[in-house]
Amino acid sequence: MNRDAPLVLGIETSCDETGVGVVRGTELLANVIASSMEEHARYGGVVPEVAARAHLEALGPTLASALAEADIELADVDAIAVTNGPGLAGALMVGVGAAKALAVALDRPLYAVNHLVGHVGADLLDHEAPLETPTVALLVSGGHTSLLLVRDLVSDVELLGETIDDAAGEAFDKVARLLGLPYPGGPEIDRVAIGGDPNAIRFPRGLTQPKDLAAHRYDFSFSGLKTAVARWVEQREAAGEPIPLADVAASFREAVVDVLVGKAVAACTDLGVPRLLLGGGVVANARLREVAEERAAAAGIALRIPPFSLCTDNGAMIAELGAQLIMAGHPPSSIDFGADSTLPVTDIQA
Amino acid sequence: MLLAIDTSTGTSVAVVDRDAASGELRSLAETGTVDTMRHAEVVGGFIRDALASAGVRASDLSGVAAGMGPGPFTGLRVGIAAAHAFALGIAKPFVPVVSHDAIAWSWYRDGGGGALQVVTDARRREFAISEYDRLDGDGLPVRTDGPRLVPRDDVPGARGIRLDSAVVPAAAIGMLAELAYATGRLPLADDAPLYLRAPDVTPSAGKRVLR
Ligand SMILES: [Zn+2]
Repeated sequence: MNRDAPLVLGIETSCDETGVGVVRGTELLANVIASSMEEHARYGGVVPEVAARAHLEALGPTLASALAEADIELADVDAIAVTNGPGLAGALMVGVGAAKALAVALDRPLYAVNHLVGHVGADLLDHEAPLETPTVALLVSGGHTSLLLVRDLVSDVELLGETIDDAAGEAFDKVARLLGLPYPGGPEIDRVAIGGDPNAIRFPRGLTQPKDLAAHRYDFSFSGLKTAVARWVEQREAAGEPIPLADVAASFREAVVDVLVGKAVAACTDLGVPRLLLGGGVVANARLREVAEERAAAAGIALRIPPFSLCTDNGAMIAELGAQLIMAGHPPSSIDFGADSTLPVTDIQA
Repeated sequence: MLLAIDTSTGTSVAVVDRDAASGELRSLAETGTVDTMRHAEVVGGFIRDALASAGVRASDLSGVAAGMGPGPFTGLRVGIAAAHAFALGIAKPFVPVVSHDAIAWSWYRDGGGGALQVVTDARRREFAISEYDRLDGDGLPVRTDGPRLVPRDDVPGARGIRLDSAVVPAAAIGMLAELAYATGRLPLADDAPLYLRAPDVTPSAGKRVLR
């Protein structure tokens, strides 16, 4: 195998995106994603069984498109990488079953890798400057909201904090729903927030009070915020007053962004790590990127944000983490690993 | 020569072949477990082991047969996904088979006769059932009803024998596929899992990692 720049095929099926990516070393050759988001829209959130069914249907065609995009054949591949957690168990198992069979069929090594660490690995793709460590990483999506300290991508990742209730993306979905907006909520909140005053309503910032900080310094909570928005809207409606939709959306979004960026920057400052990486689908939110840029600059923190197509769940980031493990000389995973829906971030490779 | 995989109950993997001259169907290797909770863990090792014990390389195979159910969804999908991926890996055809058909075919081949009702667990107080009459002229089972779901305490009376099965041997899946191929009867089934039930629509609580 080429250990300097291995050609790795990555398979990702942890949530509602079927992703297949191909990398050669740190070069991105293909990143194909089939999303079942539209099928979930009428339920207002990701339905696990619907997602798993969609993965099985999409995997073959997605794999074929990725090979075509990379202009390679399966026989060219040096190794296979697959997400084995965290994520939806039934969805993960589709990718795991397929990856194992593919590895045996091709007689190639198989690397089972952690989805969250994969989000960090995405930053290495097609990047001039290598990822400098240690770095703090803030990963925000509809499925997770995690703050990591990455000392070494392939051997030393620590969970600093995570959401204790809803993921940030989920909060956007739920608030969008109570404002009568469709799923997914993030882009809808952004759309109606245009022209709104982010300081019009002071919504609560979860787990930022001194009494909470002792036990949850780097943890997040968004369920109280969602409830606060609901109450505020209800009171207005009860009083027969109009709802200033733009102001509500902008103020809600500001509360989410304020906590996310505030805690990430605090972690950098507390730990003396002047580097922050963003990942996950919520990075699509322009206000999050804007506030992160402002505050990182003010605190002397170097901010890295991978291109959006590598921020959402994708197979290329999984392939890249596999490639990094190979380049660092790690042996492949044993064939008998399972899907672990609550895989801890410290388990970088199975 | 086919690799065959069925995860509609436990996990079963086999390598089968049909002698072109005699038409004899043979199982070269079969491995499996009745454990209904570990499909994703064991499927890769079972494929590797079945090939090794048959002394066959992946490139020697002419296709991959898979049991399409009915069966509990999460496990069922693992075998189908693995079979699909393996077929892509060796660039050979994927051959879907109704899992109940393989049970019925085995029963008739072993000397059973007359009407047969195949019954497997479908969870949630339901069974999946299929009805068969006989083997046809090509030796393929004639399914007259199903597969469909029925309440466990309301299974229609069998016209002949009722056969409750907790396992689907992959060798039977593979041999039935070989027979269908030899007699020009492919495809035997659609390339779609036999879920027989709409998905639950409770949205996920997300994939939060709890410490
Ligand atoms: Zn993700």
